[in-house]
Formats: sequence, C-alpha cells, structure tokens
Amino acid sequence: MSDAPGAPVAPQAGSRTPPVPAQRDGVAIRTVRLEKRYGRTVALAGLDVEVGRGEAFGFLGPNGAGKTTAVKLLLGLAYATSGEGWVLGAPLGDLDARRRVGYLPELFRYQPWLTAREVLELHCRLARLDGGRRPDAIATALRTVGLADRADDRVGGFSKGMQQRLGLGVALLGPPELVILDEPTSALDPIGRQDVRRIIHELTAQGVTVFLNSHLLTEVERVCDRVAVLDRGRVVATGTLAELLAARTVSLRVRGLSADAIASLGRFGRIAAPEDGRLTIDGLAPDSIPDLVAEAVRLGGRVYAVEPQQRTLEDRFLELLESGRA
Amino acid sequence: MNEILVVAGLTLREAVRRRLAWALFLLTVLVVVVTGWGFERFVALARQDGIAEDQLRLGVSQLLIMVAFMFSFVLAMVAVVFGSPAIAGDVESGVALAMLARPLRRSSYVVGRWLGLVAVVVAYAVVSGAMEIAVCGWITGWMPPQPVTAVLFLAGEGVVLLTFALALSTRLSMITGGAIAVVLFGLAWVIGLLGRFAALFGVDALQQAAAASQRLLPSDTFWIGATASLEPTHAQLAQAGFAGSIAAGRFGPFYVSGPPAAAELAWAIGWIALVLVAAVLLFERREA
Ligand SMILES: Nc1ncnc2c1ncn2[C@@H]1O[C@H](COP(=O)(O)OP(=O)(O)OP(=O)(O)O)[C@@H](O)[C@H]1O
Ligand SMILES: [Mg+2]
Repeated sequence: MSDAPGAPVAPQAGSRTPPVPAQRDGVAIRTVRLEKRYGRTVALAGLDVEVGRGEAFGFLGPNGAGKTTAVKLLLGLAYATSGEGWVLGAPLGDLDARRRVGYLPELFRYQPWLTAREVLELHCRLARLDGGRRPDAIATALRTVGLADRADDRVGGFSKGMQQRLGLGVALLGPPELVILDEPTSALDPIGRQDVRRIIHELTAQGVTVFLNSHLLTEVERVCDRVAVLDRGRVVATGTLAELLAARTVSLRVRGLSADAIASLGRFGRIAAPEDGRLTIDGLAPDSIPDLVAEAVRLGGRVYAVEPQQRTLEDRFLELLESGRA
Repeated sequence: MNEILVVAGLTLREAVRRRLAWALFLLTVLVVVVTGWGFERFVALARQDGIAEDQLRLGVSQLLIMVAFMFSFVLAMVAVVFGSPAIAGDVESGVALAMLARPLRRSSYVVGRWLGLVAVVVAYAVVSGAMEIAVCGWITGWMPPQPVTAVLFLAGEGVVLLTFALALSTRLSMITGGAIAVVLFGLAWVIGLLGRFAALFGVDALQQAAAASQRLLPSDTFWIGATASLEPTHAQLAQAGFAGSIAAGRFGPFYVSGPPAAAELAWAIGWIALVLVAAVLLFERREA
C-alpha cells in the first residue's frame, strides 16, 4: 500500500488485502458499442454485453450472427472497428488478462504431430504456468475431458470429437478465471455433450465465468444462468432464462365476469376469443400474472385455475428473430 | 524471451517430427555421393590425359563452384518452402487461434518461428556444405581457400530467402507468398548473373540494374561471398598459368573478383533485420 503523504486514506480493516477495483471485481466481460466490419459486411453492429463473474453466460444466435466474431474480439485475435471492451478488468487483447482465460475455438485444430500431452504441455508454457504445476494440471485436464488413455497418441490420429475434447482440455489449463467456449459440442456424441455440461457446472461451482457460444438451444437452456440472443450483429434480447422464457400467455378458468369486465382486462394484453369459462390473454408484461388475477377477482370473477403457457427457448428464439427482422 | 524459445523449439520439433530433418539429411547424402562420384570420374579421366595437377585442381575448383551454385539454388527453394507456410499455414489451419489467444506476443511468435527456421536452414547449409567440401577434398585433393566462410555465406543466402518468405507469410496465403518469393528470387538470380556478364563486356546499365536488384533482395551478395571463398586464390591461378585472364577480368560469369564489400554485406545483414521487423509489424494487425 502507498504510504505517500497526501494519498487518500483507505479504510484498512486489519491486514486484509486491499479491495480490487469494482471493474475487476464483479464483471468478467463488458463491451460498449463494439463494432466489427469486414469490408461491407457488418459482423457486429454495436455489441453491448456484460457478463458477471462466476456466471454461465449463453451467447445465442443463428449462423452468421456474429458470435465467433465477438469472441475473437474479446481475445484479441481480431480487432474491433470501433467501440471498446474489457475482459477480466483489462482492455481487449491485454496479454496479462489472457493468461487467465481459457479458449476453445470453433475451429479446433492443434499441432497434429504432437501428442495430446505435448499439446497441453505447450499451452501450459504459453500460459506461463510454473513448471512444477504443469504435470498435475495436464493430468487433471486429460482426466476431465476423458483422454487420459490416449494422452500419448498423436493428435493427427484423433477423431474429430477427440480433438474437440482436447481443445476443451486446453481451455481448462491455467487454471482460468474465464472460459470461452465457441460451439463446444459441435463434434461431440451425447456422452460428450453431457461431459461438457458437467464441466461447465463444475467450473461455475468454482466461481469460474463461462461464456458459451451456441445455437444449440437445449444445451444453453441446461447450463446457462443468463443469455443474450444475437442476430445480424445485434443483441435482440438479453436476460436470465426465467426472464426470457417468462410466460407471456396465460389461460384463466374463470366465471362470473361481465363482457365489460373482460374488455377492461384487455389492458394486460391481447384477449383471445373468450369461450365459456376460459379466458386466454396474450402478450403479458413480465410478472403481471398476479396483478391480472387480482383484477379479475376485483371485477367479480371467480378464478378456478391459472395456467401460464410456458414457452421453450426454441419458440422464444424464433419469435425474437422474427420480431427483430420484421 | 522464454516464449520466443518455446515457439522456436516447437518449430524445430516440427521439423524432426515431420521427418523433414531426416529427408533433408538423406537427400544431402545422396547429392554428396553422386557429386563425389562425378569428381572421382573427372579426376581419373584428367589424370589419364596427363593434365598437370595445378590445372586439374583449377578444373575441380570450377566444378565445386558449379555444385555450390546448384546447391545455393536448392537451399533458396528449401528456405522458401519452409518460410512461406510458417505463419500462413498456422493461420489457415486454425492452429494459430488457440496459440495466439494465449499471452503470447505476436512479435514473439514471428521471431520464434524465424529463429527455429533459421536453425533448420543454417544446419542444413552447414551439414551439406561441409560434407560436400570434405568429400571433394578427400577425392580430388582440392580444398577451397576458405571453406568455413563459404558455408556461412551459403547459409546467409538461405536466411535471406527464409526471412523474405516468412514476411510474406504473415499476410499472404502459403501458395501466394511462396510463389512471389520464388519468382523474385529467380529474377534476382538471373539479374545477378547478367550483371556479371555485363561486367565482362562492360555494359553499364545492366551492371547498375544488377546492383539495384542486389539492394532489394540481397541473396546475390551472399552468393558472391560464397563464390569468392570457393575460388582459387590469385597465387594458385598464376601458378596454373591463368594470370593473364584475371588481369583482363575474364574468367567467366561465375568468376567474382573478391568477397562483397563490407558496406554491401552490412546492408544485406541489415536487410534481414529490417524484413524481420516488417514481418512483426505486418503480423501485429493480422486477424486470425
Ligand atoms: N474473416 C472474415 N472475413 C469476412 N467476413 C467475415 C469474417 N469473419 C466473419 N465474417 C462475417 O461476419 C459475420 C459473422 O460471422 P461469425 O463467424 O461471427 O458468425 P457466427 O455467429 O459465429 O456464426 P456460426 O453460428 O455459423 O458460427 C458473417 O456474415 C461472416 O460472413
Ligand atoms: Mg461461429
């Protein structure tokens, strides 16, 4: 700590380590109006995302949405046309921050003339891991991705799925504080997919942030706390899965409402043709079902059942893309 | 520094693992055996015809320069073949993605690649050159005046081409970069040769063109150095009765009057450094 005279006096609680800046503390990734053009193609059109530390964040979008481009900008593999961003508190491409990031590229290729163990060894060196900690880190990575019995085979002889598993192992070295996975299950069998889910759960349990690029909705649905949906370089929706999938349609079994009363419930959403004893309301604002029910009761209705129409991420995804493009 | 060595070591390991080192070594042995046989036949026939030993050695010296000429060409091609995929290959295959996402400076990656390849090319030049000269000496009894310098100059020529191809490889695809390097090398080589003919016949414009091309791609500077170290000395020439032709400057297009001037050599070495710096700067903004 600085003892310079005139330096602001920081509150010191015993000999605890000084607090890290807020930027580093809570936020793993932040981008502000990040833009990337390739000639006339706009790959990213002003990306604003924020990923908290320890979060499993799903980055969803159709082919060509700009997911891989965003990841390359985050890692300093490509350069933004405009805008800024921070990874683990440091500006994009910062060398020291990259030491704490693990990355599985969409195109996962490793030196085919090295063995799996040698590839991991190489990445340990590049990640500047102490020599003493390498054997353990490598053994753990091999075990985690299920390649322990093929560790000393050349990567050139690996199947595609095995190469992706190796890439996953490479991403786990460090150990990282942030793991960026670009379509990590594209070549994996169902067991491999399950392994990836397990690995992601284990990572987040240890407080590691996971940034998952995917268009496989079920995959994202199962592991992510929060998602952003990207389309044509733009975020069209972002939030927790609960928020994104919140019921926007509810079906009430209710009796005793006058036609006027039913019409006045129209302020909550669009009322689908009411049949006898069943009222379906569409396009509800988030978290408005309790208010709707209370209002129905106030208007003299007798409510027998409230049935929110749960949507799948897939429905929601298609709906978002459609409304975004309309 | 450490990361540069990691990349350089990786490059060396690739050369060994892909059996490149072995292939080069076996080809070298083949070349040495075939040329050795050629030397043996040449000397045997000349002795049958009763040619004086002094003159015979001069003949061998010219043969050796011819062999070196061929070898310098092969070395240049090898350097291009190694240099042009060095970076482009990694970017095209995707191997670079995982590596460059690590805390690895782009400059370290380029310099590491370069160091590793320089080690391979220099080792190839030294081993082949030494074997060839040794076999020639053993069979014919002719030893060029400065064998070590000759081999080092040949290696320098390889490094020029390697560095050039590597710089192109930071931005161009392997095929494009390789093609450009080969064509420009061939051009510089022909212009250099024409320049020496021009010196023989006193054509100024051609000589100037040769000098300019030597500035732009100084592979020829190193070739001149290699030739000068392989040529018989003036004393040896005089002894064999060729003093007159030297005075007239007419010993043929392979004949050079001496090693490259210090300034030319300095430029050639500076050129290598400049092109390497350019390679680093070009790769700095390359997108993987
Ligand atoms: N190197 C490049 N040169 C030119 N255009 C590019 C380049 N990289 C990406 N693009 C363009 O940027 C857009 C976004 O591509 P990106 O790879 O980020 O999509 P993605 O969301 O990862 O898609 P996918 O799900 O298919 O992987 C596309 O229109 C693509 O053509
Ligand atoms: Mg992609």
